[in-house]
Amino acid sequence: MGTKATLSHSFRIAWKDILELYRNKFGLVLLIIMPLFMMAMVGFIYPTGGSTASNLPVAMVNSDAGFHNSTVASQTFIAVLQQINSKTDMMKLTTAVSAADIKNLIQEGDVEGGIVIPSNFSASLASGKQGTVVIITDQSNPQVSTTIETLLSSVFNEMSTMMAQQNVQALNSTITANESLAIVQPYKVQTQGVVPGAPNYFDFVAPGIMAMVVMMSVMTGLPAAISQEKEVGTMDGMMVAPINRLSIILGKTLGQTVRGLLQGLIILVLAVGLFGVTIQGSILLVFGLLLLGVFSFVGLGIVITSFAKDQQTATMLMTTLMFPMMFLSGIFFPIQQMPWYMQDISKMLPLTYASDALRKVMVLGAGIPDITTDLAILIMFGAVMTAIAVPVFRRMMTR
Amino acid sequence: MSGTTLVPPDNVPEGGPMIKVENLTKRFGDFVAVDDVSFDVKKGEIFGLLGPNGAGKSTTLRILSTLAKPTKGTASIGGYDIVKDDTDVRKLIGIVSEKMIMYDRLTARENLWFFGSLFEIPGNVLTERISELLELVQLTKWKNALVGTFSTGMRQRMNVVRALLNMPRVLFLDEPTLGLDPQSSVEIREFVKKLNRENGTTIIVTTHTMVDADMLCDRIAIIDHGKVVALDTSANLKRLVSGGDSTILKLGVANLTADLLEALRTLDCVRSISQENSTHVRLIASGDDAFDRVIDAVRNRGGKIASMENLQPTLEDVFLHLTGHEVRDSADQKIPLERHRRFAAPQRRVR
Repeated sequence: MGTKATLSHSFRIAWKDILELYRNKFGLVLLIIMPLFMMAMVGFIYPTGGSTASNLPVAMVNSDAGFHNSTVASQTFIAVLQQINSKTDMMKLTTAVSAADIKNLIQEGDVEGGIVIPSNFSASLASGKQGTVVIITDQSNPQVSTTIETLLSSVFNEMSTMMAQQNVQALNSTITANESLAIVQPYKVQTQGVVPGAPNYFDFVAPGIMAMVVMMSVMTGLPAAISQEKEVGTMDGMMVAPINRLSIILGKTLGQTVRGLLQGLIILVLAVGLFGVTIQGSILLVFGLLLLGVFSFVGLGIVITSFAKDQQTATMLMTTLMFPMMFLSGIFFPIQQMPWYMQDISKMLPLTYASDALRKVMVLGAGIPDITTDLAILIMFGAVMTAIAVPVFRRMMTR
Repeated sequence: MSGTTLVPPDNVPEGGPMIKVENLTKRFGDFVAVDDVSFDVKKGEIFGLLGPNGAGKSTTLRILSTLAKPTKGTASIGGYDIVKDDTDVRKLIGIVSEKMIMYDRLTARENLWFFGSLFEIPGNVLTERISELLELVQLTKWKNALVGTFSTGMRQRMNVVRALLNMPRVLFLDEPTLGLDPQSSVEIREFVKKLNRENGTTIIVTTHTMVDADMLCDRIAIIDHGKVVALDTSANLKRLVSGGDSTILKLGVANLTADLLEALRTLDCVRSISQENSTHVRLIASGDDAFDRVIDAVRNRGGKIASMENLQPTLEDVFLHLTGHEVRDSADQKIPLERHRRFAAPQRRVR
């Protein structure tokens, strides 16, 4: 049987599947809602910048006993703290009576953390020692305590700089404020990205989510679709037709791919329209990559379909596999953050390369020459899986 | 039906063997579903596979229609081997499965078009054939309605015409009247007969309903536990039971008890026995004095005979005679007895 006939049969099967999908209005609505939820979830819940926390209720106690009845040091500290805070609105400062009082407030949930200026604060500074400030944290919420720590250390940093600047200017009155700053802090960091604009967390996740949803859609859709036809009995109708067995999988895969790409397109539209993601590279390349991603995955889907007895088992198997893949492929968290063994697992998943390549194209505007490694791995993965899947599928069909 | 067919020649002369089955065996693990089955089906014949659920009828059909591979043995259809030349076999056959091969979300026309397009039928021929087939089963009015909205009878008619899209030389029907009301069953039977008469289509039908087998089939193979236990025309099969000195009795006993049933069962003239309901027993007995001995046995146990009939054998009797158990409960004969005992107990208490 010729290739042309095989292809033409598979197109008919795909067309039939798409027609069925189109007639299933409820399924169609879900098809659109799923990526919408996915995007909304990731877009709104995940932090979009470095510091997202704002207006954290924090209690402060000034127990400073002063030095020779002067509490200038602690007053200055509080003034600077409030000045910085008024710019960023990170904390909502309230005054507490004592350290014990703060602990109570935290336990009752009135505040998220506390700052205590100990009684020897001014005295220490005046006698040439370091001034210590105690932070009381809520251990049940590590993120908030990190935020407070970061904030306080930047307050100290700024205060130290200010005091050093004053000291320098006191030594030599001809030095200007800017010059003194250069003396105190000779180095300064300036961040510059490859592309203009300030990419947020969403720019990081959007390509990954696209890759994930498209592949998940095909991976779960294919076993479900095939085992459903087996259960209902319609598969027999195709099996008794004088067509190549290959056109059945090909057609089914094609139908599912169209469904998956449709979802990918919805995500793309949402990402650009609702979350301000900009696509630097070519959109054609984006879709080409999604297709390649599907190709790399489809073999695995077919193997699972062949082994699963019914639709339920197939879907469960698929979900079990998809879940770790979601988290290990560097879609939500950079792979570099993971321990080495997890990184190794991550390197074995095709989704890792698909989302990496997609990210490079969408965020960095990379072209094909920049992502050849990813492409090669995806093609190899797909070829190997398909080589395994086709004979397995053929055997499954005539048991 | 018109239109050019691209069906390969079957190379079988009229009356020759269209289907040859030799030592066909199918195992699923330790379970032997089809056990060394051999038979021939003549060209233009309606051939029945009769047996209870799980006897191996459907598996045999699936193997013959290339949907499953035999563990051992061979079979050929129209001279083509079902394993080696499966594509040629598929061009020759049509299958009406027990499950409806039909997509609920597509219309009648779309369904037929989809399945038809998988065969190499030119577009205009297919269009014409679809309208002819829909007309044939009076579904033209519903051609653009979703199959999901059809009644069971309509769906089964669709299911049958779907199998005819390629104008098959051999048609497999797996329990074609299952779950249909009597009228729809008659319609399907008439349709199958007409198809066989007018197109000379060879038909294999599996069924566990005696009526189907009796009214439809030229020859019947009785299958039990994966084996063919008898193969002949309906009339000849019945002669197995009623021939010679066998008598079929339907006995109505007002106070039928388990003891009484057991007493009848142990009579040496009684060849087989089955309980029809709480008061009626059907038995096959042999010998000239069968009537007397059965009546004596009942009366000796205090049984009150309410009615007695001498019946013509049915295929059910043939099956019972050949296998020692009924078609509807092949698994265990003891089950109706147990149930009867439970019914009897409270009755005694009332008295």
